[in-house]
Amino acid sequence: MILASRGELDYLILECLAERTIALAQLRKLAEPAAGYDPLLETRLRALLPLAVRHGFRIVTNMGAADPLGAARKLMSLAKELGLRIKVAALSGDDVLAQLAPSMRTIEARGAPLADYGTLVSANAYFGAEEMLPALATGAEVIITGRVADPSLFVAPLVHAFRWQVTDWDRLGRATAIGHLLECAGQVTGGYYAEPGLKDVPNLAQLGFPWCDVDADGNGVLGKVAGTGGAITLRTVKEQLLYEVTDPGGYITPDVVADFTTVSLRELGADRVAVQGASGRPRTSTYKVSVGYRAGFVGEGEISYAGARAVERARLAGEIVRERLRDDVPDLRIDLIGIDSAHHSDFGHAHAPYEVRLRIAARAATRELAERVGAEVEALWINGPAGGGGVRRYAQERIGVVSLLLDRSRVRPQVTLLQEDRETQAA
Amino acid sequence: MKRKLHELAHARAGDKGDTLTLALICYREGDYPLLREHVTAQAVKRHLGHLVQGEVRRYEVPNLHALQFVCERALDTGVTTSLAIDPHGKTLSYALLEMVIDA
Repeated sequence: MILASRGELDYLILECLAERTIALAQLRKLAEPAAGYDPLLETRLRALLPLAVRHGFRIVTNMGAADPLGAARKLMSLAKELGLRIKVAALSGDDVLAQLAPSMRTIEARGAPLADYGTLVSANAYFGAEEMLPALATGAEVIITGRVADPSLFVAPLVHAFRWQVTDWDRLGRATAIGHLLECAGQVTGGYYAEPGLKDVPNLAQLGFPWCDVDADGNGVLGKVAGTGGAITLRTVKEQLLYEVTDPGGYITPDVVADFTTVSLRELGADRVAVQGASGRPRTSTYKVSVGYRAGFVGEGEISYAGARAVERARLAGEIVRERLRDDVPDLRIDLIGIDSAHHSDFGHAHAPYEVRLRIAARAATRELAERVGAEVEALWINGPAGGGGVRRYAQERIGVVSLLLDRSRVRPQVTLLQEDRETQAA
Repeated sequence: MKRKLHELAHARAGDKGDTLTLALICYREGDYPLLREHVTAQAVKRHLGHLVQGEVRRYEVPNLHALQFVCERALDTGVTTSLAIDPHGKTLSYALLEMVIDA
């Protein structure tokens, strides 16, 4: 909100779709047809729409999730309620579930066919900047999409504003580096970074979100609103530039194959870092498609032990549960929180903690079997070692995600413009 | 002299499916050759032990004075289906920083 009010923005980008979020949205939509878009859409846009109109910035967001058109209609009624006259453009067509065949190969390590993955619930192609351009050309105040590659949400307004060719690979590469730096918001301004004493970040509680002032060549300066918390330094920017990058010299998006090994970073002053010189090569001929499938259930239970021989009692408790579940829920994992739960090792920091928490998690084919994991942990109160308490239990359905590549010609992006009471297809 | 990576570098973990990325970034630019020599893909694979079931690839990123490690089959099948308490592997940057080099 501070960035929206005081950032002097031209575009505000809201990136809200993690890898599995769209599959969960698809499940919600199956249960309730009006629930396919991001559940926070109304709350967020109720606050932001008046600011967008007052300050003259446009909003670009993938909060359409599994239902961009439904989200656009919701925004039109919200704007009416707020007394705002706006246009909304929705980008859809990324849903390609109907085009999948069981024999299609996934690109995960073993390249198994889709048929190996049980019931599919969603399949969404990652669109890029080019698919968003007709939406931007409508002049709509809000552009709402489903699945779009995260950096492309930032690249598209730059291509539109500077009238770049969609084959201008170096500019697209530079814009992609900037989009990648901005897409996790607080992760470039000191979030996911601080370590007291060594990597101190001021006022992390009021973490400011970043803006980037980008020039016509795709080079930019990162900054944040004065007075907000956090920090933008060479170190925070380097960490974020490499975040989730599986090849720094060949970062593949729908727009370009970007090369981050040519980037140069320069600190211009407090919380100002110049980002220049990424480059790019021609894009691939395919869209990456993220496929969600029903992956069974996971049951979990946790219980604490404290005082004398806490670790020994927790280990005994874990073995008791493993034995009791051996026939029904064999795919089970036992962790001692405080000892080795996060890294499977203490890397030589062996110690005897005063208290420890036992966690047991297991995969199960049905919800009933998943529930048994927590039930057996709860039973440790009475039928386990001495002094166990503080049980928490969970059982959840899991949606797995695999990916495949689909030729671009097989996918049809569609842009719908909503204004007043009309809906029209944009070119 | 034995030195822990935590003294020399900072790190950030990321996830893509069942693949873990670990960025290792020098505090002092002058330490980059040292890290490049000692923190090899094989050494990281050995250090992380059974946290990484697949191969570890290393990318050199000299413009950032950084090494990028890409670890296959490191997230117990992937974020949404993992049994791990930290399915994204977000804490694993600090597992890398526990590594000791003789330099």
